Amino acid sequence: MAKEIKELTCINCPLGCALEVTLEDGEVTAVSGNTCPRGEAYGKKEVTNPTRIVTSTVRVTGGTRPVVSGKTKEDIPKSAIFDITDALADAQVKAPVNIGDVLVENIAGTGVDFVATAHVSAA
Amino acid sequence: MSETSQKEMTGEKMSVTSVSSANPTSAKAISESDIKALPSHDLIVVGGGPAGLAAAVAAFDAGITDVLILERDNELGGILNQCIHNGFGLHTFKEELTGPEYAERFEKLAEERDIPYQLNTMTLDIVPVDIAGTHAGCIVSAVSKTHGYQQFFAKAVILAMGCRERPRGALNIAGTRPAGVFSAGTAQRFVNLEGEMPGKKVFVLGSGDIGLIMARRMVLEGAEVLGVAEIMPFSGGLKRNIVQCLNDYDIPLFLSHTVVDIRGKERVEGITIAEVDDHMKPIPGTEKSFDVDTLLLSCGLLPENELSSKAGVQLSPATKGAVVDNTLQTSIPGVFACGNVLHVHDLVDYVSQEAKLAGECAAEYLEKGAGAAGASDTEGEARIVTVKPGNGVSYTVPSILHLNALAPTTIIRFRVRAVFKRAAIKVTLNGEELMSKKRPVMAPGEMEQVILAKEKIFSALENTNPQGSESVLEISIEQS
Ligand code: SF4
Repeated sequence: MAKEIKELTCINCPLGCALEVTLEDGEVTAVSGNTCPRGEAYGKKEVTNPTRIVTSTVRVTGGTRPVVSGKTKEDIPKSAIFDITDALADAQVKAPVNIGDVLVENIAGTGVDFVATAHVSAA
Repeated sequence: MSETSQKEMTGEKMSVTSVSSANPTSAKAISESDIKALPSHDLIVVGGGPAGLAAAVAAFDAGITDVLILERDNELGGILNQCIHNGFGLHTFKEELTGPEYAERFEKLAEERDIPYQLNTMTLDIVPVDIAGTHAGCIVSAVSKTHGYQQFFAKAVILAMGCRERPRGALNIAGTRPAGVFSAGTAQRFVNLEGEMPGKKVFVLGSGDIGLIMARRMVLEGAEVLGVAEIMPFSGGLKRNIVQCLNDYDIPLFLSHTVVDIRGKERVEGITIAEVDDHMKPIPGTEKSFDVDTLLLSCGLLPENELSSKAGVQLSPATKGAVVDNTLQTSIPGVFACGNVLHVHDLVDYVSQEAKLAGECAAEYLEKGAGAAGASDTEGEARIVTVKPGNGVSYTVPSILHLNALAPTTIIRFRVRAVFKRAAIKVTLNGEELMSKKRPVMAPGEMEQVILAKEKIFSALENTNPQGSESVLEISIEQS
């Protein structure tokens, strides 16, 4: 069946090995180009289930600052990044905000909360 | 160290009786009793960013509780407050934090210790003073809205002012100068702290980390980023940023390219890039145009050393930061430097480590009395080793080792001049090899380090230079 080779760069250390991941029917059958096992694990995950932490800001009303920074509390699927930024564009919270406060619950249906990474005091 | 070289390093000092009138803030003569009348602290830390906080905490933990931090901004944390992306603290906390979270960890440590700090306080001057012919400390003057003009006497000072972006005036781009040209750091502040978007269609010049991070940031905020141009044949940023900020969003990176023209009258309407040859000259016929309303410049960072140079601290032309020894002491006794004001770092973890060392060494200096490092030891003269960047190395920090102040291990950090593949870092002392470490890849964008054991340095000195005359430790890159 369909055999596919994906090229990517391992980011786990400055070496930045150029990886070739072979996929057969959506299953990883080989990873090459890696210098250490971390590269293999990264390559497999990157082609089957790539995830990221998304960091951005949310509007704040009544605070000493107009925005507060935040992040997805856990990794989310890479494909959901823009659903998250869309959800954030409409979000708004009231000051005060503390580090760790949930800014948007279950953001874009990912099951992951978007939490504050900074403080904003009430004005 | 010999007397003469100590003098050369120290530069001009303010003595109690004759005060240089070239320095307006210290134009009035200061007497010993004036100095003693000033509010005094064992240690003043200039800058409350990651370096200043870690240094103050380390000094406190080493027994110096009379510390004051002076911070120019309206909050502690420095540049980290606007670095809302994650990836900080992998080495220090074994987890990925965002900039503000990383800063908060250190703010907490300072708060737990009740270390006093003043916000919105601009340090104006640091003036070394002698009492009865011996260096006593520094007079630090500062100004703030709440406290007005203040003068302190500090027995020791840690410089932790950080860095700023290279000014855009340094870039010779043809064309008009319409609105819409921002430094990447300014744009970062707009977007992340003030919630304002500088533009909708963006091009980035320079592939330093802030430029890469801002390319992604603008995309996440709904802008279109058409590309990043880098004049060098390699990126100045970290690999993970190339992958996660550019590749993830299909933003093209044009290596060996620069912006040759900016169009637009009031607002940027477009830019043109061209490929450059080996001498960085644009090659005719390689031009590409982009219709954008915003150009972000990410052309590197410079340590912010106006205060240090006014104080008479000797600066290194290579790092633009202070020349320091293994205790991170500058050419002025009791004045230490750490973090981005010393040399620009790419990892905040290294800043924290370096700052901790500066704090501990400042504490030791204060406990042992003036001139802990480089002071004459019982053998007579204090011995020094000069650290020299050899082949392929652009600078080292520290650049001087004071042997009588050598810790069990010494970390020497440096940057390579170009990308090296399958090369080795070689360290020699007076020509004798101390160590050789193979490295598969090294790039100017990623700081390198070697860790040297005290015994190794001493045994190599025994072999090569038992007389104790000039010794040179050299770090070089050897292609295999
Ligand atoms: S494969 Fe291993 S050696 Fe290569 S970049 Fe990844 S972590 Fe580094």
